[in-house]
Amino acid sequence: MTPRFHWGVHRATGGPRAVLTYIIRRLFAAAVMLVVIMLAVFSIFFLIPKWTGVDPATMYVGKQTDAAALEGVREKLGLADPILVQLFEFFKGILVGRDYTGGGDTYHCSAPCFGYSFKTEQAIWPILADRLPVTLGLAAGAVIIWLLIGLTAGVVSALKRGSIWDRGAMILALGGVSLPIYFTGLISLAVFSYGLGLVAHQFTPIEENFSAWFSGMILPWVTLALLFGAMYARLTRATMLEVMGEDYIRTARAKGLREGVVIRKHAMRSTMTPIITLLGVDLGALIGGAILTETTFSLPGLGQAVLKAIGERDLPLILGVTLITASAVVIANLLVDVLYGVIDPRVRLA
Amino acid sequence: MTTPLQDPARRSRAGRDEHGGSEIVTTQRTPRRRLAAISAIVVATLVSTAACGGGGTDGSGGGGEAAGFNAGIEKVANASTKKGGTLKFIGTQDADSWDPTRGYYGFAWNFMRFYTRQLVTSAAAPAEKGLELKPDLAQDLAKVTDGGKTYTYKLKDDITWEDGKPVTSQDIKYGIERQWAQDVLSGGPVYIKDILDPDGKYKGPYKDKSKDKLGLKAIETPDEKTIVFKLPKPNSDFEEILAMPFASPVRQDKDTKSKYGLKPFSNGPYKFESYTPNKGIKLVRNPEWKKSSDPIRKALPDKINVTLITNADEMDNRLLAGDYDADLNQTGLSPAGRTKALKQHKGNVDNPVMGYIRYAAFPQTVKPFDNIHCRKAVIYGADHKSLQTARGGPMAGGDIGTNMLPPVVPGSDPNYDPYGTRKNDGAANVSKAKEELKACGKPDGFKTTIAVRNNKSVEVATAESLQASLKKIGIQVEIDQYDGAQTSGIIGNPDVVKKKNYGIIIMGWGPDFPTVQGFGMPLWDSSFILPNGNNNFAMIDDKSIDAKFDDFVKELDDSKREQIASDINKKVMEGAYYLPFVFEKIVTWRSSRLTNVYSTYTYSGQYDFASLGVK
Repeated sequence: MTPRFHWGVHRATGGPRAVLTYIIRRLFAAAVMLVVIMLAVFSIFFLIPKWTGVDPATMYVGKQTDAAALEGVREKLGLADPILVQLFEFFKGILVGRDYTGGGDTYHCSAPCFGYSFKTEQAIWPILADRLPVTLGLAAGAVIIWLLIGLTAGVVSALKRGSIWDRGAMILALGGVSLPIYFTGLISLAVFSYGLGLVAHQFTPIEENFSAWFSGMILPWVTLALLFGAMYARLTRATMLEVMGEDYIRTARAKGLREGVVIRKHAMRSTMTPIITLLGVDLGALIGGAILTETTFSLPGLGQAVLKAIGERDLPLILGVTLITASAVVIANLLVDVLYGVIDPRVRLA
Repeated sequence: MTTPLQDPARRSRAGRDEHGGSEIVTTQRTPRRRLAAISAIVVATLVSTAACGGGGTDGSGGGGEAAGFNAGIEKVANASTKKGGTLKFIGTQDADSWDPTRGYYGFAWNFMRFYTRQLVTSAAAPAEKGLELKPDLAQDLAKVTDGGKTYTYKLKDDITWEDGKPVTSQDIKYGIERQWAQDVLSGGPVYIKDILDPDGKYKGPYKDKSKDKLGLKAIETPDEKTIVFKLPKPNSDFEEILAMPFASPVRQDKDTKSKYGLKPFSNGPYKFESYTPNKGIKLVRNPEWKKSSDPIRKALPDKINVTLITNADEMDNRLLAGDYDADLNQTGLSPAGRTKALKQHKGNVDNPVMGYIRYAAFPQTVKPFDNIHCRKAVIYGADHKSLQTARGGPMAGGDIGTNMLPPVVPGSDPNYDPYGTRKNDGAANVSKAKEELKACGKPDGFKTTIAVRNNKSVEVATAESLQASLKKIGIQVEIDQYDGAQTSGIIGNPDVVKKKNYGIIIMGWGPDFPTVQGFGMPLWDSSFILPNGNNNFAMIDDKSIDAKFDDFVKELDDSKREQIASDINKKVMEGAYYLPFVFEKIVTWRSSRLTNVYSTYTYSGQYDFASLGVK
């Protein structure tokens, strides 16, 4: 993970063409991965129930188990069709959209059609698209805070190893890593929102009122950032300590570079590699839904939607969020890979 | 499946990454005392701030003086005619559908009175006074002729849709016909369909070949203001059934079929401004609704907002902080909220009796529950007090159940106590239980299985309580927690029940409409034993009970109907098919600014939403 050579050594070998080839290769790999994920998800949601004899239609008819109602749902879901036809319809829906027909009622689900929720009578994609901005807002704010906290604390700890700053930061980081979201979340709500009234405890959409949105997001951001920031601080510290012991750092110092330049230009660049790797995975998964944070703070994001869907066995919605999460992780990793290519020339040749 | 991001596995991954790095031992040390002092200051600050927060909200629950404990029981709390303001509901559960044909949740029916009207509806009055039917779209209650087989209504003149067009008898017929389109509009009850077309001849409006799509023969609309129902055989509850939301008018040109619940077209005092499932609803005034035509709905607030979240404790926090006025779902406060509310804001709390009975049923198809004495042994052997505690105690659980007819159903009698449960102060009657075990031929007890939903922690607690008390009389019980979302295919399937040896099934039940037919028929009438979605869990196939239900649906005299209801309840209890746990009660919240608040039997003890206003 951590480079053992000086950056300059390979700089000449990776031209723009190599970067392009590298990006295309990564894009192709990501596309293949997405198709594999879709196939896996399809199998879990359609094939396994068929094999185990579970009739998903019974979950959609509500309290009334009228035979006509069950038949209507089966028809709309296409459950009686051969599995290959269902698979074709599934991919067709995602690429160009599809129709759901039953009992003289037809609903067109536009692409990307991730399915149709019979609980709410809505296509899945608009439901997710409506909730995605909330989760993105949560993720973006939290990422900024946790990177600020994590990197600063990690770097300071590593450079002032053994000092009171190092110990204080690492004790706090240990606390941050150990305390679960639902604990820190509830305590912070009780203290800062219901107790001191410093911030809002309600979510307000950003388009309705920016300052109310900001006030309502502070606690979720900070709570989430505390957990991740702690992890990033520990990782940054450990990586930085390792990097500072490398030969090329000694060489840089021997060249007479100022310590600030050695840290910024040489040490930080290496330290960032594992951080970016982790950030890619974390961000991707976070976009798939920060279930605990969204539930604790009642944020109407993807995490809350999927929790509700699991409780109500709303399979199409669970399927949709699964696909979104998987795609977000793949895309985030793709971005990370591309970033590697930019910051670490050796990767382009791999 | 999505992986929750904040799981312990994530933390260990980061930990591994760190330990992979080369840790260098340092010789620099901060004095331990200094470190300890700093840590102590940090901890003390956190603790003192948390303590501040804990007791800082001893306000009034929003909007001035609270009306007092139980001010909304049997009477009206904060009676007022003041118009304006926004009525704010919060809930953790969205309706199954806001389409009047498809909704089946009690709170949804209650809420639907904001935007739908029926020929007749329940009176806007507390407790049992709310059970009285009043004309709504109709000028008067039904003119019943032909020995109870024909119901005729004349409509009022000033009844309108949200676009100003009049509500016609054809709109009502079409709205009711939608119940036949179960393949598109599943989910709601099908009482009218079963009564008017028991053989299922009509295929529903979407498959109707007639030009006006009004091909159902059993409903006639000779003109726009007259509607006539022709029943194949009398049913004394028919008008009760017409008062339910699935008998609401729907206009053909506004019927969006399966998507109608996303924006129903209003004929009531409010209309939908917006609705996002599982997020919230905004209703605004329907300017076309005329108060002169509607003596029932008070229509006091200018706006009605519903916020839906997933965290029940957070919902209670927000109610107690005065951010919202009432719980949309009307299921009562959670344990933490309940304790705080009763301690700090008792004046904002009501403790109504709900229509629900929580019980255990004994399927007779599972041995040895085919023997009445084995069933009685369980009833006597159960510690009713501990079952009540498991349900939440006298306030949040309810009164100890003595029989199977809830207090909101006419003919009920909470003092009817055939097994001496109340007399025994809820304690188990071990000697009687042992006598019954002997009579059943199992003097040393037997083994059986309790089936309980895995998503209802309170029900699991009652199962454990029952398990403990039955052990004392030698009945060994295993608890099987099944997937609560699959109720109709597991405990609703008699073959599965038999195969899994479910001798005891724990469930709860409330009336669809407040009569013995609306409550008890699906549970006790043999014609309701179904291969799937069965609710007659005890598999009661007693011709004398069936005959009593037949008598009930024919009987038009109220006092005689009450007597029949009481007789049915006695037969069920004498058969020892059920062990009632509690007549359910809840601890429910009303904000201080809420006006015209009362619990009504019509909606099983919920607040009557249509009457609410805000200060």
